[in-house]
Amino acid sequence: MNAPNKSGWKPEMSLAESGFLGGPVTTTGNRGLMLEEPLLFEIGRADVTGVDLPDVDPAAPTRLGGLARSEAIGLVGLTEPETVRHYTRLSRQNYGIDLGFFPLGSCTMKHNPRLNEKMARLPGFADIHPLAPQSSVQGALEVVHQLGHWLCKLTGMPAVAMSPKAGAHGELCGILAIRAAHEARGDAREVVLVPESAHGTNPATAAFAGYRVEDIPATPEGRVDVAALKARLGPDVAGVMITNPNTCGLFEKDFREIADAVHAAGGYVYCDGANFNAIVGKVRPGDLGVDAMHINLHKTFSTPHGGGGPGSGPVVLSEALAPYAPLPFIRKDAEGSFYLVEEENREERGPSFGRMTAFHGQMGMFTRALTYMLSHGADGLKQVAEDAVLNANYILRSMEDILHAPFGASGPCMHEALFGDKDFTNGLSTLDVAKGLIDEGYHPMTVYFPLVVHGAMLVEPTETESKAAIDQFITAFRAVTERALEGDEALKQAPYYSPRRRLDETGAARKPKLAYEG
Amino acid sequence: MRYYTDEHEWIEVEGDIATVGITEYAQGQLGDIVFVELPEVGALIEQGKDAAVVESVKAASDVYAPITGEITEVNPALEEDPALVNSAPEDGGWFFKMTIADVGELDGLMDEDGYKAFLEEL
Amino acid sequence: MRYLPLTDTDRQAMLAKIGAASVDDLFVDVPEVARLDGPIRGLPMHASEMAVERHMKALAAKNLVAGEVPFFLGAGAYRHHVPASVDTIIQRGEFLTAYTPYQPEIAQGTLQMLFEFQTQVARLYGCAVANASLYDGSTACWEAVAMATRVTKRKRAVLSGALHPHYAQVVKTMAHFTGDEIADALPAITAEPDLDGLIARIDEETACVVVQYPDILGRISDLTPVAEAAHAKGALLVVVNTEPVALGAIMSPGEMGADIVVGEGQSLGVGLQFGGPYLGLFAVRDPKHVRQMPGRLCGETTDAEGKRGFVLTLSTREQHIRREKATSNICTNSGLCALAFSVHMTLLGERGLRELAAENHRLACLAADRLAKVPGVEVLNTAFFNEFTLMLGGKPAREIIRDLADRGVLGGVSLGRLYPGVEALEHALLVAVTETTTEDDIERLAQELEASIKETV
Repeated sequence: MNAPNKSGWKPEMSLAESGFLGGPVTTTGNRGLMLEEPLLFEIGRADVTGVDLPDVDPAAPTRLGGLARSEAIGLVGLTEPETVRHYTRLSRQNYGIDLGFFPLGSCTMKHNPRLNEKMARLPGFADIHPLAPQSSVQGALEVVHQLGHWLCKLTGMPAVAMSPKAGAHGELCGILAIRAAHEARGDAREVVLVPESAHGTNPATAAFAGYRVEDIPATPEGRVDVAALKARLGPDVAGVMITNPNTCGLFEKDFREIADAVHAAGGYVYCDGANFNAIVGKVRPGDLGVDAMHINLHKTFSTPHGGGGPGSGPVVLSEALAPYAPLPFIRKDAEGSFYLVEEENREERGPSFGRMTAFHGQMGMFTRALTYMLSHGADGLKQVAEDAVLNANYILRSMEDILHAPFGASGPCMHEALFGDKDFTNGLSTLDVAKGLIDEGYHPMTVYFPLVVHGAMLVEPTETESKAAIDQFITAFRAVTERALEGDEALKQAPYYSPRRRLDETGAARKPKLAYEG
Repeated sequence: MRYYTDEHEWIEVEGDIATVGITEYAQGQLGDIVFVELPEVGALIEQGKDAAVVESVKAASDVYAPITGEITEVNPALEEDPALVNSAPEDGGWFFKMTIADVGELDGLMDEDGYKAFLEEL
Repeated sequence: MRYLPLTDTDRQAMLAKIGAASVDDLFVDVPEVARLDGPIRGLPMHASEMAVERHMKALAAKNLVAGEVPFFLGAGAYRHHVPASVDTIIQRGEFLTAYTPYQPEIAQGTLQMLFEFQTQVARLYGCAVANASLYDGSTACWEAVAMATRVTKRKRAVLSGALHPHYAQVVKTMAHFTGDEIADALPAITAEPDLDGLIARIDEETACVVVQYPDILGRISDLTPVAEAAHAKGALLVVVNTEPVALGAIMSPGEMGADIVVGEGQSLGVGLQFGGPYLGLFAVRDPKHVRQMPGRLCGETTDAEGKRGFVLTLSTREQHIRREKATSNICTNSGLCALAFSVHMTLLGERGLRELAAENHRLACLAADRLAKVPGVEVLNTAFFNEFTLMLGGKPAREIIRDLADRGVLGGVSLGRLYPGVEALEHALLVAVTETTTEDDIERLAQELEASIKETV
């Protein structure tokens, strides 16, 4: 077989030849470019700073009301060169999209265009205060307005709430709008139906909003059981939360029928838009009967994940729910000026359910997302969905001969391909394959989610990978899968080549050590 | 006298107090236990209602009261060493002691042989 | 299409492997009625970098940039100088384009950074444990109230009248749906906060009392009596801080007995950004409350070779495991903003933070003295850190602020904007001063304010 790697390294080379193992022990613990880095608190000093400021004058008059902080805070500092090196070294222990293929299902790890970063840093966006007089920030309000317009057009929905700070916050926004709408007509309802394959945020959100959550079963083909759902509808059901495309990577083809039934029973339809990237520009959720749907700008619209946030979760709303949207929101007056509708605009705010966050939302993410939309345009976004779906189906069909694909017979997948570990032997499981892929230089797929598949492996390639990159991944994924099928004992100890081997999560949870002591 | 439930709890009855824990089988299914959330002493708990939570790294499982009663004591050793549930589930890894409000409830539980037979059917 | 690597040849080859004639065959599950026949109408087609940049720059140019004018806005968002290295570090692809560290073997960079961040925040707040961050200060404030109701098993929160009104609004919005009772109030225009009045509102049903420090009017006072009173009734003290730089000069909330300390971390590293993304900070003084905390936590452990490493831990609190029983529905944190905060804090260190705080306070004192000399203007506060309240002698602060903006000065935040419709607060102006403020800026504000007051009826 041809080496999948054109660098000159060949798979048949032994570990010692490839230089990974068997080399000399180093005095530093470093191994060439693999650099160990101490904790900040082990290298920083209390009297060192990387910022030049005037010395504190202990005799200067103060008006601190006798509350001066006399005890040491316990912070340490580094000069700029030390700081840059500390974080640069830490960064090299991280995997990111910039380094390689990152097929983390349901998370949409697509390329983050650098123009987005550049635009977000324009002082006209980055250096303006949320409470500045509105006449002085018309351009910023217009960005929010334009982005909202794009989101409404792309989803076929009439209104959008821009302030939610992340996907889960957007879910909360949608669910609160549903509760407010029911309350407004004196129709208290207690139950939200959530498919068992849903993201954990769905039941958590519904419970947080005061609802009781009931599961809806799935069909053997991986979709919502429409008959079971319809049978459960009634005057106590406030609504449903359905992810479409769903977490099994399939389009819920009966969504419209479900929505009609829920509406007929007086409920509302929340669509978890986490997977909107599969259908953006191809399908408008508004045509499927959705009442509310959050959009993760950090997934579909490429704002960076940043090691876990910040995200941004605007929510598109139907005519029925739009009046309950949270404050503040942006309107345009007769002269073409933009203004914020806040608590004070008593008539315009209508029955809004209130404020979800101090200011107006994730402006820094809005500028990035709008930049991305303008770059792709309506035609490019359609291509985004098509390529994402094409790549996922290509992986599905390139793997299913050796790896269990529970819904492979359910038709094409959307933007992610779902596999399970039922054929692995010798006690090997999904976790071992994930760790084996780390050794192959990949970030693993999402594992053990959705819960409806045993040992789930959810692979989402996104549209920003080349065919060559995907082919190389398939080669590696097949190789690791074969090891798992054959019961390769060595896989249980993987990864071998990462900055750290498997970590003791049990020990971490039994005796939590959550801050540096010393 | 020791009783068992189909939720894999054991109950040791001594006089009018019952000691409750989870079985060897249950600890094996849960994996490494990292934390046990115990009820408050003095709490009145009905049969079948949540009494404790046992956590592994990736899962949190409810432990239900096998009978109705008032919590009289909780195992202080579990706070310091939750691994006791793995190493000695039916001994030093007990969860709590409670009063027996209705002796009749014990009749609905399994004895050791019954539980063994129950396990074999799983 | 510069972000799409597939060529048409690639697409054909891949479709052949799949066994589909066209890409539309992959969308067969979409019902006929919902299929679109082409790109969505009414939106532009794709555009070059240059064209997009032109569009965005034109929008940016319509905003009055804080750094280009004398600038005195605060009220929960502060303009500080961010060292150049902060932005270069957060733009490293390994940080910028990483995901939540679910695979710790290849995410030690993010995890170690979070562990350091948690330690920095805990120490700044005088607490035992801080989490890996939340969305922003206002949502963190609600999470603190929700946590207090879990810990105390009570459902009533008492909010200080001097809590940021937007924070109070967020808490009230959420509490409406959870069925918690929120007792709020308007701030009294007094030189010092009315702590006795606040203490009198705490009762045996109170889960927590929520106090901002420094408060919305910039006032600071010793909260120890509030902590003692709350504890005596079995309630928790939640302290909210919107200006972390202040804690380089004044006692930490933890030292005064706060049980939960939350706040906005935007001041360090993050920038103004028109309100977001920001950085919610959350810490607890007593480690026994850790399992009731919301949000992610990073903990230290070892790997299979015995080397120190870090993992996300105590995840059983979180939604992906607990689902409807989770402590919060929060899924993400504000990772990149936490990194920016942590890098900035590392550059400052103990010494730099104290110097920065001292410089903020020195300039704020200068500004207060100068502005007090403007005819008709009084400084309300006895004590403050870098923000204080001006009383404008019966003149409407909102109009003055708009007038000042027309004169090229962003002069502060009017309480009229924050408390619309409350007449008693219409004549008060919040002025924030940081190390970015020059003495010339202060002089300019004083002169324009004097002129504006004269001309405003």
